Amino acid sequence: MDIAKNSLLYLDGVSVSFDGYKALRGLSLTLAPGEMRAIIGPNGAGKTTMMDIITGKTRPDEGDVLFAGSHDLTKMDEASIAELGIGRKFQKPTVFESHTVDDNILLALKAPRSALATLFGKPSADTRARIDQILETTKLKDHRLRLAADLSHGQKQWLEIGMLLAQDPKLLLVDEPVAGMTDAETAQTAELLREIAIDHSVVVVEHDMSFVRDLGVKVTVLHEGAVLAEGPLDVVSADPRVIEVYLGR
Amino acid sequence: MEARKPLLLSLIDGRGAIFLGILTAAAVLVPLLSLVIPANSAFAIPAYLVALFGKYLCYALLAIALDLVWGYCGILSLGHGAFFALGGYAMGMYLMRQIGTRGVYAHPELPDFMVFLNMKELPITWWGFQSFPYAMLMVLLIPGLLAFIFGFLAFRSRVTGVYLSIITQAMTYALLLAFFRNDMGFGGNNGLTDFKDILGFNVQAKETRAALFVASCIALGAGYLIARAVTESKFGKVVIAIRDAESRTRFLGYRVETYKLAVFVLSAMMAGVAGALYVPQVGIINPGEFAPGNSIEAVIWVAVGGRGTLVGAALGAIIVNWGKTFFTGALPEYWLFALGALFVLVTLFLPKGVVGVIEQFKAQRASANKGGTAAAPAAE
Repeated sequence: MDIAKNSLLYLDGVSVSFDGYKALRGLSLTLAPGEMRAIIGPNGAGKTTMMDIITGKTRPDEGDVLFAGSHDLTKMDEASIAELGIGRKFQKPTVFESHTVDDNILLALKAPRSALATLFGKPSADTRARIDQILETTKLKDHRLRLAADLSHGQKQWLEIGMLLAQDPKLLLVDEPVAGMTDAETAQTAELLREIAIDHSVVVVEHDMSFVRDLGVKVTVLHEGAVLAEGPLDVVSADPRVIEVYLGR
Repeated sequence: MEARKPLLLSLIDGRGAIFLGILTAAAVLVPLLSLVIPANSAFAIPAYLVALFGKYLCYALLAIALDLVWGYCGILSLGHGAFFALGGYAMGMYLMRQIGTRGVYAHPELPDFMVFLNMKELPITWWGFQSFPYAMLMVLLIPGLLAFIFGFLAFRSRVTGVYLSIITQAMTYALLLAFFRNDMGFGGNNGLTDFKDILGFNVQAKETRAALFVASCIALGAGYLIARAVTESKFGKVVIAIRDAESRTRFLGYRVETYKLAVFVLSAMMAGVAGALYVPQVGIINPGEFAPGNSIEAVIWVAVGGRGTLVGAALGAIIVNWGKTFFTGALPEYWLFALGALFVLVTLFLPKGVVGVIEQFKAQRASANKGGTAAAPAAE
């Protein structure tokens, strides 16, 4: 139980099946506080299902999912898990299209989430400054008054990362952040994520190998709903089993 | 971001100023032209027209209520007529209790239909309705409570989209069938009618009609301002966020079902008030008001005026009902075809409704004035 206590995120023997299809079979994974981890694996390996389970969208059939050693995530809903400090970026950029960039960040900023608080509450004094700071980090300062719908694909991805930052979670789950990005945007995104990883724990799911190499962090390879290999990218990519299921193709 | 203005003023934008201006002018001019000007003058407004305009205003308030849930929160309710009708019944029950011994059977306590049905005493559901404040409280509480129970179950189970629309239709249809039954104790298929007094004034008198018209103007204006206050707050931004990307909002830590429930209940209460003002002006409330078609018609008003614009919803209600009054007088058998065609045409060619067209026209003119450079698309 020591491993669970000292970890930020602890998954042990997690299984889930949909209509008989086993999406996860005994997945175990441990993330230390402050760690950044890349997760790779072929399509159908269970990457997105794993994120769904951590964020409360899907309930596992069996297994333990603990956050910060004590919170049982399998018993909480999405909103309480988000309030606990787990932020999630979707594979497809999901921002509030009919809100301005500013308002997108405002809605994500850490603040009371109840209906009464948003209806009658006043924004705290440093709200403006925090929004400015996040727009600076995500290079969206010149676009703050534009509608999110009018942003380019890459800008939407950054806006969503910016929203994650605004949430100020302890753990960020980032699903394929560079899908559909140009090479220049991909490099900038890697830099942005490394910056974020300085004071947050991050889990990145990605297909793009050169991007994962750019990140330079420990890699977990998933295959058919379980962990196949774990370690630095060079070690993992030399593993014959990994080459067979994934890299060799 | 901007200099602090008094709360009320900060809620009134360009559109809102025009809307509230016209509403104020109507609230002053209509009673004036109906009561003060001699009846044979060309400008005089006959009492039946005052009631007709008042009815349009009630529909406009219903449309704003519907726009709040559909235009802003993405909940397509096809059962808002039920909340309107429940508010109407609460008012109707008050008006029935005011008849007293002037009914056909001259029973001091029981309305005529109860005497006719051999009922011996007033059902519990009717207790207290002789008091105006109690009846007004029920106008808000009954639609609000139904919306709360319905919304609590539906939103907690995450019923969305077309499934939600279908069960809202089922809700209003179930109420239609229930209110048709004599043993429900609400007058069966005849409903409630033959009203005499409201607050001691004769409902037929033109002074009372003018007063009800002014009350409808005030209710519509107040309903608009409340809807603006809600949609302009951070709460309103969350509600729009739910419409655009529900699961994103949930993963940001907002309890989507609570927000939906709050908007739905508020909207139902506004619809209830609209129904309560409608009944004394048309002089009757019967189960026909629960007909699913009524709720669908209200959706068409909002679509015609412009979804998510509030002013547009009110405008759409008035335009369509004006058309309905004209059509059902001139070509009664073609009204439903006209309504259907209107809905199809608006959906195809004016997806943002009348208000959307006006905005587009203004944006084009503005960019033409700037020497033809394309202006950034206007917000909203």
